[in-house]
Amino acid sequence: MSVLIFIDQSEGHVKKSSLEALTYGADVAKQLGTTAEGIVLGTVTEDLTALGKYGVSKIHQVSNAALNNVDAQVYASVISEAATASGATVIVFSHNQTGKAVAARVAAKLKAGLVAGACALPNTSNGFSVKKTVFSGKAYAHVNILSAVKVISLNPNSYKTVATEGTAVVEALAVTVNEPKVKITAVNKITGEVPLTEADIVVSGGRGLKGPEHWGILLDLAKELGAATACSRPVGDAHWRPHHEHVGQTGVQVAPNLYIAIGISGAIQHLAGVNRSKVIVVINKDPEAPFFKAADYGIVGDAFEVVPQLTAAIQKMKAGA
Amino acid sequence: MKILVCVSKTPDTTSKIAFTDGNTKFDEAGVQWIINPYDEWYSLVRAIELKEANPAATIHLITVGNADAEPIIRKALALGGDEAIRVNTDNSDAYYIAAQIAEVAKQGGYDLIFTGKETIDYNGSSIGGMVAELVDSPYISLATKFDLNGTTATVVREIDGGEETAEVALPVVVSCQKGMAEQRIPNMRGIMAARTKPLKVVEPIAVDALTSIQSFELPPAKAGVKLVAPDNVAELVRLLHEEAKAI
Ligand SMILES: Cc1cc2nc3c(=O)[nH]c(=O)nc-3n(C[C@H](O)[C@H](O)[C@H](O)COP(=O)(O)OP(=O)(O)OC[C@H]3O[C@@H](n4cnc5c(N)ncnc54)[C@H](O)[C@@H]3O)c2cc1C
Repeated sequence: MSVLIFIDQSEGHVKKSSLEALTYGADVAKQLGTTAEGIVLGTVTEDLTALGKYGVSKIHQVSNAALNNVDAQVYASVISEAATASGATVIVFSHNQTGKAVAARVAAKLKAGLVAGACALPNTSNGFSVKKTVFSGKAYAHVNILSAVKVISLNPNSYKTVATEGTAVVEALAVTVNEPKVKITAVNKITGEVPLTEADIVVSGGRGLKGPEHWGILLDLAKELGAATACSRPVGDAHWRPHHEHVGQTGVQVAPNLYIAIGISGAIQHLAGVNRSKVIVVINKDPEAPFFKAADYGIVGDAFEVVPQLTAAIQKMKAGA
Repeated sequence: MKILVCVSKTPDTTSKIAFTDGNTKFDEAGVQWIINPYDEWYSLVRAIELKEANPAATIHLITVGNADAEPIIRKALALGGDEAIRVNTDNSDAYYIAAQIAEVAKQGGYDLIFTGKETIDYNGSSIGGMVAELVDSPYISLATKFDLNGTTATVVREIDGGEETAEVALPVVVSCQKGMAEQRIPNMRGIMAARTKPLKVVEPIAVDALTSIQSFELPPAKAGVKLVAPDNVAELVRLLHEEAKAI
């Protein structure tokens, strides 16, 4: 019995969402009185032993360069084999793009119950029940996993990373790596930007900004805050912003520490994708905008005046601090 | 070429989310049901476009659900598709549902299976991956573009922090999202035609559900908004820094 955590990497670096998964998995192991181990696939440049500080004692590594791209089928077979070999009874993923591709396949392969989009530690007082978001963030469900082996994928930004002391033993793992049936012909990574689902701060714009040529003030604010940028659906539909920035019920669901909504009315479908944010700030010239009901802080005012002032005020605060 | 499109019934996006029976059941009172938007706008419409380009193709829709799902599947047939299959059960475990779809898929010998990226009620994003595993096909998750050249598909899919272009030989399972196609509105001819399209009801195969929902919970209500005057943004910055500790 052990907990196996899948460590997702991109270009050799372990993703932030995986540090959350590691902390979570280590806490699950503590709860169950067992050990937590990690598995990492592909070439990693980082010092993996240092991941011990998140609570894992051992890391299985399959440093086969063929695994540098995520192939759901190949990954699932490698991770399932490793889980079975190491006697894992709980397998933890981040519910990020990789987790969405792979966790379900692993679950089906091992006939293991899956909770996708978990947001809290399991409750083991009576069975094994995991809280997850449902109805696009409008509610939570407590889901019982009935099978012996359990798969959990953890929502990004919903479990706090805790680093303490410790080093992990890194062991090369011999497993079968099949030839992928999917051939990757091009990879286009948006560099220099914070990935939306991992961002601590998200600055988001709506139709109130009137057109793509006005996004400069929003980008300046985002840059000052080190924030990712997002938008409402009509903005994505009108191609003012790339469609992967569209948040909401039918777009990306985010849960940052701080969500700043600029010129967004706060339609129920938009709120569904952002209401798990810890702090919401709304800037809208209409005092009746529904978004204010879901906000923690608000300014009723013209975005074109308020936003540049806000950027300047933050600059000033930082300079003073 | 045979395409299987997975269609699921979800509450309308404006539905009030509430629970009954001691928070163990979703309160369906007054709820309008719709086709899960990802299934409708992206996977179904893209499948229809593929058939328009290749009229010899057939499209089957599949839903796993009880008789209440029939109006939804007729609505989907009004957009397009040749026939529909309903697996008669209301079990909601993802593995159970995927196993039913996989069974139909194996018997039908489909070249292409489309699902939506997720359902807007349970947000699992898991059916596609599970079906792919059960039918032993490659899986392209979160696809934003899909083109066919003979029996080779070229797909663009979302990855962490970007996108990736891939080639894969059919058969393949694809989960679809924004970018794949544009939403369509059914026309009168489609609605009339849908009435007479075959809708086969099949009984589920025996599979053990691996999860069950124990209860639901609503998030705590917000305390209320603190408004700051537009000429006093410094105060907002102070609040965010000192009170909310968010910056
Ligand atoms: C099935 C379905 C799914 C949907 N899914 C999503 C989804 O995932 N995400 C999503 O966002 N939407 C979604 N929508 C659309 C949603 O209903 C709203 O139409 C949309 O969110 C509105 O976008 P908006 O707030 O940018 O624009 P609007 O509603 O037009 O609001 C613009 C706001 O800007 C304010 N404003 C104007 N000028 C200024 C100014 N100078 N300064 C400050 N404020 C200003 C206005 O007061 C207004 O509140 C969905 C709709 C449906 C039917």
